[in-house]
Amino acid sequence: MDLTYTPRQQAFRAEVRAWLAANLPAEKLASYDTREGFEQHREWERKLFDARLSMVMWPQELGGRGCDLTEWLIFEEEYYAADAPMRVNQNGQLLLGPTLMEFGTEAQKKRFLPRMAASDDMWAQGWSEPNAGSDMAAVSSKAIRDGDHYVINGQKTWSTRASFADWVFGLFRSDPGSSRHHGLSYLLVPLDAEGVTIRPIKALNGKDAFAEIFFDDVRVPVENRIGDEGQGWKVAMATAGFERGLLLRSPARFQQPVRKLIELYKAHQTEADRDPGIRDAVLEAWAGAEAYALSAYHTVGRIARGDKIGAESSINKIVWSELDLKIHETAMRILGARGELLAGAPQSGDADGWLEGFLFAQAGPIYAGANEIQRNIIAERMLGLPKA
Amino acid sequence: MDFTFTDDELSFREAISRFLMTEAAPETLREIWETDSGRSPDLRHKIAEQGLTALSIPEEAGGLGMGDVAWSLMTQELGYYGIPDSLADTAYVSAGLISALPDSVSDRQGWLEQIAEGSLRIAIGHPVNPLVADAHLADFTLLNHAGEIHAVPRSLIDVEHNPSIDSSRRLCRVMWEPGSATRIADAATGQPIWDQALNRGALSVAGQLLGLAQRMLDLSVDYAAQRKQFGKPIGSFQAVKHHLADVAGKIEFAKPVLYRAAYSLQHGDVDAPLHVSLAHQACAEAAHLAARHGIQVHGAMGYTWEVDLQMFMKRSWALESAWGGRIFHKARISAAVLSDGAALGPGHVFGRS
Repeated sequence: MDLTYTPRQQAFRAEVRAWLAANLPAEKLASYDTREGFEQHREWERKLFDARLSMVMWPQELGGRGCDLTEWLIFEEEYYAADAPMRVNQNGQLLLGPTLMEFGTEAQKKRFLPRMAASDDMWAQGWSEPNAGSDMAAVSSKAIRDGDHYVINGQKTWSTRASFADWVFGLFRSDPGSSRHHGLSYLLVPLDAEGVTIRPIKALNGKDAFAEIFFDDVRVPVENRIGDEGQGWKVAMATAGFERGLLLRSPARFQQPVRKLIELYKAHQTEADRDPGIRDAVLEAWAGAEAYALSAYHTVGRIARGDKIGAESSINKIVWSELDLKIHETAMRILGARGELLAGAPQSGDADGWLEGFLFAQAGPIYAGANEIQRNIIAERMLGLPKA
Repeated sequence: MDFTFTDDELSFREAISRFLMTEAAPETLREIWETDSGRSPDLRHKIAEQGLTALSIPEEAGGLGMGDVAWSLMTQELGYYGIPDSLADTAYVSAGLISALPDSVSDRQGWLEQIAEGSLRIAIGHPVNPLVADAHLADFTLLNHAGEIHAVPRSLIDVEHNPSIDSSRRLCRVMWEPGSATRIADAATGQPIWDQALNRGALSVAGQLLGLAQRMLDLSVDYAAQRKQFGKPIGSFQAVKHHLADVAGKIEFAKPVLYRAAYSLQHGDVDAPLHVSLAHQACAEAAHLAARHGIQVHGAMGYTWEVDLQMFMKRSWALESAWGGRIFHKARISAAVLSDGAALGPGHVFGRS
């Protein structure tokens, strides 16, 4: 055990810190759940890419730096400590990217990965359907082979920022007689293809944060399939491991709001201390973020030693989603009667986006596999309890 | 940066675990705990043969020269198998205190050698604990008089027994007269050593609580997989599954908190007291939830003396207030985190040593 950073790691931290200090946007970007903000975030992603900082763990030839997971943690720490913009293309970069690296053909990798790293292509995900949420193997959207094309009919939903994105990736039933996780294929579909209709869904924050996608005889060439026909489930699951879960929600993403929560508490302490539970909630949030960060470093070390990380990723998902709720609920308790005011309201005291974060935190225990499903996974795969 | 254990450390833990599994089965422990002394010289001797009492004794005194990091694995095993206080208090906490004494303490080397070979029992009376565990049969007790350290032989103390609901505990009020004959360090030397001992004691308890949590989880999983109601194992019901999944989550997330605290203490990090308190809190929470959900899953059987769960449940209830309870550790965390200039936010998890 050695809990010190190497000179190389320290130098990388200093470089990232200096670059961010010199290059952060002068003005806060608009919400990426709007068209305007989405494009502003795309511009920011291009700037990161030009500095080879958009995908630090990707290899050099794809515009990355070949960083290991520890260096990635350092990058994230600096990124969030600097209050840099939210990452708008993570669905593509973190969910589809690794899948392409593992299962894509050379042609597919060349075609999609560099444009993904540069955010020339923005990706939405197409997993959920009206009748396939937690039960993802129930997907019924069809992709029927017709010569060298698939013809897609059906509907995807809860597709984050699909109203603004360029492409969608997802699972479609290519064998119409199949059921459950058999007979599915993993396909990439351009959202400007003929027959695609996108209907925005207004989220809790009043913005078009996600969308339904309708497919009406949409023709997609077979070279847009990743992995073999009918093997889509395997492809989708193979890279659904711990790393992706961790990459999606790095510890720094919670440590930074906790730091601000402590500042918020101190700024309102006289009033806040009239409720003796608030100080404890602040300390619990700090302890939770600290434990999440420690767990990430521990797991990164174990991965480097060759340990296989299994159902622990389900624990991770529960922990960060509940921690995010705890942080924002506590902030709202401190803000009290002004908490409901929109950030632009003249009397709002919410410069740090607590309300917006509070709303988004409500989604955490639901998306990326509802926490009830995660608890089932822990009980069955980690503890070995019998299935219902 | 490498936040993992070496293969050597892990295999030593594995060996100790296998040994205790056969030598410290619950039925054996029950027999021992029912005796007046509550301790078994025979079991103690066998544990010493495994090398555990020599773990952190310096190599020149016949020990293995390891530290808090290695102990953070071993204390979990001691907790898992319900090994009573005397062992960790002697071989870990007192050994640490004695190692920190100046060379001028003439008995220092001899004591360390005796701890390593397993022939010495030491009790330790830190003011944070109202009573002293196992002072009734310790060869001597380390006692605090206004910061001074005294090593007081059994013949010079009177003990008043205070029975605990945890039958493994032997808690004593110790009555003694401070004098120059027993003083081994003055207050200026002694106080920092006592502060260090408190952190080590709290860390020892934290590791044991985590081991206890794992034991209660394992017992509860076994029970839920076997016990049938409505024609099915109760472990197939989601409400039961989720109780146990939550315990597993608390345990997994307490481990790195414990390990960081051990590393900080071993390397003299200025934040070690904060890290130790956080570890005590995280491990106590895991054990507390394991007890609550454990008894719930066991149903009425969990409320009986007969089912082993009670042994580990009571021990965890006792230890969560040992070496500083929730009040003590929460206060330390609060003072550190809310202090002006506290290092908070991303990038401050390690390294203000």
